[in-house]
Amino acid sequence: MTLQDAMLLSLRSVASYRVRSLLIILAMAFGVAAVVVLTALGDGARRYVANQFSSIGTNLIIVLPGRAETTGAFPGAVMGQTPRDLTLKDAQLVGRLAQVKRYAPLNIGVAELSAANRLREVTVLGSSADLIPIRHMTLAQGSFLAHGSGHSAQIVLGAKMASDFFPEGKAIGQRIRLGEMRFLVSGVLAAQGESMGFNTDEIVIIPIDYAQTLFNTSSLFRILVEAKSRRDIPSAKLAILDTLKQSHDGEEDITVITQDAVLATFDRILRALTLAVAGIAAISLTVAGILVMNVMLVAVNQRTAEIGLLKAIGADAADIRRLFFIEALWLSMAGAIFGFLLGQFGSLLLRLAYPQLPAWAPVWASLAGILVALVTGILASLLPANRAAKLDAVKALSRK
Amino acid sequence: MIHLAEITRKFQMGDQAVYALDKVDLNIAAGEYVSIMGPSGSGKSTLLNIIGLLDRPDSGCYELDGKNVTELSETEQARVRRKKIGFVFQAFHLVPRLTAAENIELPLILNGTPPVERQTLVAEALQAFDLQSRAQHRPAELSGGQRQRVAIARATILQPSAILADEPTGNLDHVIGAEVMMLLENLHHAGTTLIMVTHDRELGARARRHIGMRDGKIVTDVS
Repeated sequence: MTLQDAMLLSLRSVASYRVRSLLIILAMAFGVAAVVVLTALGDGARRYVANQFSSIGTNLIIVLPGRAETTGAFPGAVMGQTPRDLTLKDAQLVGRLAQVKRYAPLNIGVAELSAANRLREVTVLGSSADLIPIRHMTLAQGSFLAHGSGHSAQIVLGAKMASDFFPEGKAIGQRIRLGEMRFLVSGVLAAQGESMGFNTDEIVIIPIDYAQTLFNTSSLFRILVEAKSRRDIPSAKLAILDTLKQSHDGEEDITVITQDAVLATFDRILRALTLAVAGIAAISLTVAGILVMNVMLVAVNQRTAEIGLLKAIGADAADIRRLFFIEALWLSMAGAIFGFLLGQFGSLLLRLAYPQLPAWAPVWASLAGILVALVTGILASLLPANRAAKLDAVKALSRK
Repeated sequence: MIHLAEITRKFQMGDQAVYALDKVDLNIAAGEYVSIMGPSGSGKSTLLNIIGLLDRPDSGCYELDGKNVTELSETEQARVRRKKIGFVFQAFHLVPRLTAAENIELPLILNGTPPVERQTLVAEALQAFDLQSRAQHRPAELSGGQRQRVAIARATILQPSAILADEPTGNLDHVIGAEVMMLLENLHHAGTTLIMVTHDRELGARARRHIGMRDGKIVTDVS
């Protein structure tokens, strides 16, 4: 028997036991589809997080006050000390480091914004001109806080704030009141939406020293630092720690977070998670494989007389084995392909439902899903095919 | 052509060995028409299965066309069966999901005959057995006589030297049975060896040589 004939004959069997074939194919397909959709979900989440992180800046280093301890309480608290505040002077020291391209001090608070008989509470960021390039923000109109303009009372509005207070769109040059202070609107941020749980459309930005006056504080909330290049990040981190330790009387009471490290951690966690769900989905494929084996065993039983006949007209054990083996292969292949398409469709629905989530199944997962389906199908067919091949022709023929 | 010497085939029934064939000697020449008769359990079907290489004797020697076939491997036996033996069964044994033409084509497929040649041979067989109009029908849509004609066409498509028929008319009525016998006997007239197992005395009597069996032994052999 030629391979081509064996393939055609077993395809006929697949086609003529329609319900049976359809059920097996469905079982296989759901297994493969589960692998595809779940890895799409996992990898989508990973990429979503990566996108969010890169949208807040490149080569970003964040300096925050206080020492993050993984064990126990803050050591200073035991000795009756509080962590030293970060100050503008600290920020300037950091800015002078060789590995640092630019920096922006940051203060954050809430104040009442009022203009043209409108009034509302807003989140206020106090910062400097370099915040824009560091945080990858863009302006829709006007200009940002001018360099060295620490003492001019400028304010930059988030997109929603601008349209709320100045619906006619003429925000630039308008006077606006923030708390007890008066500001001149110099620019409006482009609408960016939410990023890292922070909506830049609903904030206002003022120079850092106005913010410190407004909130009556001399400390900083954060210092945002941009390293000169990716390679400079580790040495910049060390240099910052070193510099601020000196300026804080030898006390290492700040924490430096690099965007890379955080991103790498998230990346690792989400990759592991994706692998885990893919593994769980692959278990459903083995279940489908067992189903294939079961159904093929039933098929051998059902077709005992036919196997006996094939032997009587001159088929040898290898021919019979090949017929059943290829039949199982057809079923698994159809299941794998159908499942792949089903999975792609599922991922498409996910992307439509959650446009922010880039739910594309990674190529390796799709390939692995199809491959596992084929391998389990092949393994599952070995036992039934062997049993068929070993049937005693005389006994097989006497069965009705 | 067929030469059986001291062929023994036993089955284990519980702790007792039952001899389906007990040291059977039999010679059948090419072109003979032989009927094998006997009560149920006399070993006549087992004898036919051994001649057709479907079953292996526990001891004894079987020569087919001067060649010892008892020692052949299963694959080699399958080849010999394909080329030299044609089986016709009481229950027809057609593959239900294949059409009449495809059922007839099966031995050619197993033999690896190229598709073009297959088409011609099947067309000739359909014509020879008057089945052209039924070629695309499945077994379920055929009458008993038509089914047995398809089975005979299938058994003869590779032009075997012997046809082994096990109660070929057992599932057919008298008239149709007689038609099927005519077809088988035509094959015999054309030179094929015809060996038939039957219960039916009248049918058995049509053969040139009558073999009677009882308890795994040949008790009568009348030409």
